Amino acid sequence: MAKIPILKLGDILLSTIQIDLTDQDALVFQDDLLTNVKETNAEGVIIDITGLDVVDSFMARVINDTANMAHILGAEVVLCGMRPDVALALIEMGRQLIGVETALNLQEGMEKLISIIEGKRK
Amino acid sequence: MSTHSGVKIDLRKQSDVVAARQSGRRIANDLGFRSADQTRLATAISELARNAIQYAGEGVCYITDESNQHTAKVQVVIEDFGPGIPDIEKAMTLGFSTSDGLGAGLQGAKRLVHEFAIETEPGHTRVTIAVSRPKE
Repeated sequence: MAKIPILKLGDILLSTIQIDLTDQDALVFQDDLLTNVKETNAEGVIIDITGLDVVDSFMARVINDTANMAHILGAEVVLCGMRPDVALALIEMGRQLIGVETALNLQEGMEKLISIIEGKRK
Repeated sequence: MSTHSGVKIDLRKQSDVVAARQSGRRIANDLGFRSADQTRLATAISELARNAIQYAGEGVCYITDESNQHTAKVQVVIEDFGPGIPDIEKAMTLGFSTSDGLGAGLQGAKRLVHEFAIETEPGHTRVTIAVSRPKE
């Protein structure tokens, strides 16, 4: 399987999912990301899902769980780049990404994440 | 089976789920379905193919072009020879928030497609779904 790259930019981790993941790939990614959060003491995480053209109930749960776990480890998470069709399908299925901050694209995601982190520091 | 063109995908491992949903999208795209419908179909296939592998160990996915003169239609049959679903009514009505299992996948898939039918008994489960659109 292909490993999803996780880049460190200051106190932020940036991860861009660019390929269609199997369930196992998604779980490995979750594990990698959380390990990275812990090892780097990251304050924030951006998960960019521009490349995902299907987010089914399993993937939605993995994203949700990952965000919640990262939050417990002290990192804020912003999900960005969800395709409109994917958002539509999730809503129609009755799925919600509960508790995950979202942004339209990477730039807005970064701005949102920084503002959340700065808000926390005050 | 149909005399229309189609593909058969054996569902044995997780990557087969990915292959099945990608095939569904491609066929829907070839038949001129808009992107939202391609995504709906691909997502529904993903849910059902996973269920087949998870609950029956393996299964088969048939994706066929069932279009006629007036309507473009992609039909997907996902079949397994596992234990069957003992209480299908219950499996279909379990709330989404409380279930991430079989019911969630079935219910999610049903909400995404235009046609949904399920036949189940011990030793055989067959779920048939379809998306369709009027031809121009």
